[in-house]
Amino acid sequence: MVAGTNSRERGRGDGVSDAVVVARGVGKVFGTDTDRVEALRGIDLQIARGEFISLIGPSGCGKSTLLRLIGDLLQPSAGELVVNGKPPRQARLDRDYGIVFQQPTLLDWRTVRANVELPLEIMGVAREERAARAEEMLALVQLAEFADHHPWQLSGGMQQRVAIARALGFRPALLLMDEPFGALDEMTRELMQQELLRIWTETETTVVFVTHSIPEAVFLSTRVVVMSPRPGRISAVIDVPLAHPRDVETRESDDYYRLITEVREALRRGETGEGRR
Amino acid sequence: MTDASADVVATTSRWSPRVRRIMGFLGVLVVVVVIWELYKVVGKALGGVVPGTELRLRPPPDDRIMPHTWDVVLQLFRPVRRNGELTVLLLGKAALFTLREAFVGFVVGGLVGFGLGVAFVRSTLAERAFMPYVVASQTVPIIAIAPMVVVWGGKLDIPQWLSVAIIAAYLTFFPVTINTVRGLRSPAPTAMEMMRSYAASPSQVLWKLQVPAALPYIFTALKVSATASVIGAIVGELPAGFRDGLARALLEFSQQFNAEKLLAAILMSAIAGILFVGIVTWFEHRLVAAAHRQE
Ligand SMILES: Nc1ncnc2c1ncn2[C@@H]1O[C@H](COP(=O)(O)OP(=O)(O)OP(=O)(O)O)[C@@H](O)[C@H]1O
Ligand SMILES: [Mg+2]
Repeated sequence: MVAGTNSRERGRGDGVSDAVVVARGVGKVFGTDTDRVEALRGIDLQIARGEFISLIGPSGCGKSTLLRLIGDLLQPSAGELVVNGKPPRQARLDRDYGIVFQQPTLLDWRTVRANVELPLEIMGVAREERAARAEEMLALVQLAEFADHHPWQLSGGMQQRVAIARALGFRPALLLMDEPFGALDEMTRELMQQELLRIWTETETTVVFVTHSIPEAVFLSTRVVVMSPRPGRISAVIDVPLAHPRDVETRESDDYYRLITEVREALRRGETGEGRR
Repeated sequence: MTDASADVVATTSRWSPRVRRIMGFLGVLVVVVVIWELYKVVGKALGGVVPGTELRLRPPPDDRIMPHTWDVVLQLFRPVRRNGELTVLLLGKAALFTLREAFVGFVVGGLVGFGLGVAFVRSTLAERAFMPYVVASQTVPIIAIAPMVVVWGGKLDIPQWLSVAIIAAYLTFFPVTINTVRGLRSPAPTAMEMMRSYAASPSQVLWKLQVPAALPYIFTALKVSATASVIGAIVGELPAGFRDGLARALLEFSQQFNAEKLLAAILMSAIAGILFVGIVTWFEHRLVAAAHRQE
């Protein structure tokens, strides 16, 4: 792939200034002596504003760990991380990012609307403003008429959309998503991917997206970061210069298949131990 | 919450779940009465011994020690002593008196129990330091603690009924502490990480996530505590020498070796306990049922 062939204006920038995430030599070790696990080693990565980055790799290669490090839910053992020009901790305190987990993690005792309002409540947004934003976000994920339902009355896919609405409600600069569609069936999943791309286009956030699915990574991303395990590291970064907006036709194009093959081969090379220490 | 199987049956039944619940309650009552009376009839027919042996039946089936169930109920509507008050009135007043102490103890114990639970979840150090004492406090028999509290309360000029309430609180707080700790720790790790990602303050995490999640646990404890607080109040009344509570009635009737009166008093204590638990359950349905319906 030729670098910088993104058809999108807001694709990757090269300057550190507009980088949302900068990782330099980041490593993470869990445990001590006997149960020591080196989850990540020597991660160098730069994510520009407006990018959609997928992290893909075999189970246990440290994708979730990297996401948690960026989100200041874990502390790195080595190297340096900068989020929005600040240490991750400061970025978290400034509410610079929203997070979506594999499980929707909604609060059962709150209605859908109240769930979306939760982060706004915590951030001290006024009541009317909260209601307006919740309304807006629920419309964005097309769940407006379910605002007064409780989470258990929704399907898995709808719950996940609520979780996305909740994460977007306070307009974070960065959206961190850990296998958000992992529990969905194929059809719902493709619909949600389409939705997510639409939301990404409308809100202009930067997304870091963990997935196990190669087609999903290719369809969604501006760049795919391929990781390999033991210790977890980046084994390839693949540009995805597919035109936007992407739709069903994108999924049937030759470029799409070629990119899928490319990511698959990169994954296999990582697996067979190239660069393993 | 009502269990799912009951709901399924209810939809195919002519009776509403409420009626069915009452019928179940009465059914058990009838069975107990029948067994009681049957034991008396058969026991008497056998001459009060196990057939083919010299072993005496325990309890002996005679009317003095094991009165007829209807005599116990009738006793409620007879005067306690000649020209005295009706038993049911005396016991009713006694139950109200005891319930008042129990209720104050329950509220105080519930708040203390909740506070300790929150403190333990906030600080592992506090939990390590205090939990052994909390556990130890519950292994000391209440009949040993009660006189001490009453004596100290007297020295400190605390009204006696308050001392009794403190004894009730002593039995109340423990289940609440244990279940509060469990409940506050029940949210999924990802839910805690989510709150962290919003940079929520500790008290926001507590009130918006942990306490709502803990409510079902806390209410389970409160139901245990409601009954325990009644027991605490009764036990506390003994050393305090109260004449108006259930303790006095229980003591007096047992000293008179009057099984009918004693059983009537036990019946009244039980009703007081059921009433108390019923009130707690009512609040539970208001506060928890709508929120955690999916179970
Ligand atoms: N809290 C933890 N304590 C100890 N080890 C951990 C912890 N979290 C992750 N690890 C280890 O770090 C490594 C990477 O885990 P991580 O969850 O990041 O993998 P992953 O790429 O997200 O895997 P999956 O695709 O299965 O979700 C694994 O070997 C795991 O055992
Ligand atoms: Mg993971």
